Amino acid sequence: MKRWQCVALALVVAALIAAPFSLKPHGIYLLSMWAVMSIAAIGLNLTLGYAGQISLAQAAFVGIGAYCTAILTTMHGWPFPATFALGAVLCFVVGWLLGYPALRVQHHYLAFVTLAFTTLVFLVLRNEEWLTKGIYGIVGIPRPTLLGWSTKEPRDFYYLCLIVLGLVSWLIWHLVRSPWGRAFMALRENPVRASSLGVDTRRYTLMAFAIGSALGGVAGSLYAPLVEFIDPTPFTLALSLNLLLMVIVGGSGYFVGPFLGAIVSVLLPEWLRVAEGLYLIIYAVAVMALMAVCPSGLLGLAERLIRPAAKKGAP
Amino acid sequence: MALLQILISGLATGAIYALVAVGFMLLWQTSQTINFAQGEFVMLPAFFVLAAMKFGGLPFGWALVIGMLASLIVLGVVFKYLLVDPMLKHGVLPLVISTIAFALFLKEGVKEWYAAEAQPFPAVWSNDNIEIGGAVLSVQNLVIIAVAIAAVALLQWFLARTRTGRCMQATAQNPALARILGVRVELMILYTFLINAALVALASFLISPIYLAKFSNGETLGLAAFIAAIVGGFNQVRGAIAGGLVLGVVDNLAAAYISTQYRAAIPLFLLIAVILFRPQGLLGRAEERSV
Repeated sequence: MKRWQCVALALVVAALIAAPFSLKPHGIYLLSMWAVMSIAAIGLNLTLGYAGQISLAQAAFVGIGAYCTAILTTMHGWPFPATFALGAVLCFVVGWLLGYPALRVQHHYLAFVTLAFTTLVFLVLRNEEWLTKGIYGIVGIPRPTLLGWSTKEPRDFYYLCLIVLGLVSWLIWHLVRSPWGRAFMALRENPVRASSLGVDTRRYTLMAFAIGSALGGVAGSLYAPLVEFIDPTPFTLALSLNLLLMVIVGGSGYFVGPFLGAIVSVLLPEWLRVAEGLYLIIYAVAVMALMAVCPSGLLGLAERLIRPAAKKGAP
Repeated sequence: MALLQILISGLATGAIYALVAVGFMLLWQTSQTINFAQGEFVMLPAFFVLAAMKFGGLPFGWALVIGMLASLIVLGVVFKYLLVDPMLKHGVLPLVISTIAFALFLKEGVKEWYAAEAQPFPAVWSNDNIEIGGAVLSVQNLVIIAVAIAAVALLQWFLARTRTGRCMQATAQNPALARILGVRVELMILYTFLINAALVALASFLISPIYLAKFSNGETLGLAAFIAAIVGGFNQVRGAIAGGLVLGVVDNLAAAYISTQYRAAIPLFLLIAVILFRPQGLLGRAEERSV
């Protein structure tokens, strides 16, 4: 990292830690939601931005993680860390099992298979009442107490989300720079060349897909106690499309992309609420305009604005 | 005779899916547009008609004409020039995001500016039933099937037998070569968008009397069109038709004989099975991949 990047990172982290002191509970809730959605989007960015595969299954993995935590903590009294870990592992395994046949096909076909998967998971969540309580949902999902630290208050739970987000970012930062991450990018750029250089294309694509899915599960495990009530409706295709939107709008393949995309998707509609019923309409127009002006997302736009300036400054 | 009734109503639903799927597939073929707003495209024309009747005071017949014209302009011309054209050079993904946003825009727009509740929509045909050989068939379903068959037959004839239709096919298969041969590629692509707009408007007028006109109707319809296009074969008109009909029948049979709760799951299994074992679709040809 360059020095200005370190400074910027430190400032952002400081701002995130200080933020809840000047916010009402609803503001803190939104920031926590931003952190949770960022985690899910980081997972999707790994699949889409680095390995180049369009997945619409991320909502299903968030749902699986959320229900895993909700069911085990409310009905079976499991401790949160155990359900959290199980949610991630479960999504990793399901992602692997889904990816194994699904990655036989690529690009838009993969998008359609994963689209079908999301809808199927939604149907199971809605119909299997003995397990998920169906449309009535699961109420009273407890916020955990970790090592004597109760996260019952919104601010404490926000810090928990922030810590997990930090850990995930740190892991993915290193993953992307490891030989594995390089292999992922080689797959995106030129799969034929990658395989001729000895990269086991299928195994690495599957790996990127499974890790991305596991991050969806992590996000879900935090989502359930954050909202404290879950039913199947948040985990439809709409969430998958929304996560895809976050990754692309932020800038797919950029490390910071998902964070920005989650801001646009979680916070922008809230800021537009002053426009009442029009807010989703304005939001939709803003997204279309951004895509028309700069298809590589906000970071692509920033890069385009900064680059010519940097060139001028160079001797 | 229950089976015959289920088959007929399945074919009627399927015929509507087929209309939507054909338009969806034509857009993909000629301009690589995966239109995630296709379902909302079916939802909207019914509201054009309702608005023309409510605010313009027009009789139903004229309102249908206005609705069709408005669809051609908004869903054909405006959609192409304002949304698709600026995005085409950037590849498939940004366009996908844009159509998702457009779907949201149409849905919320209707909800905000017209109505959030389901609106009754007058039927073009009577709501009676007739009895043939002991089976009670609704006239409406039979009309839907007839209109859809006529529309598709007309389209097939246009694509295969007229000069313009052949130019459109050439554009879909190889735009660069078509251009060299003097085909006005841009114009052909515009025709495709207009045909899609006409097909979704037709589907909208046929389905709205049954399902009522509601802003959120597009979600299920869009998914059905997707599945129909892929199951049938992404690169052929008759594939999309077959896909639509199969989907409609399977959907109705599943609802009647398997489980109403999981009726939506059956088409998805069909979709997954087709993609895994026959990715080019039931009637499609394998797409050639360039390295």
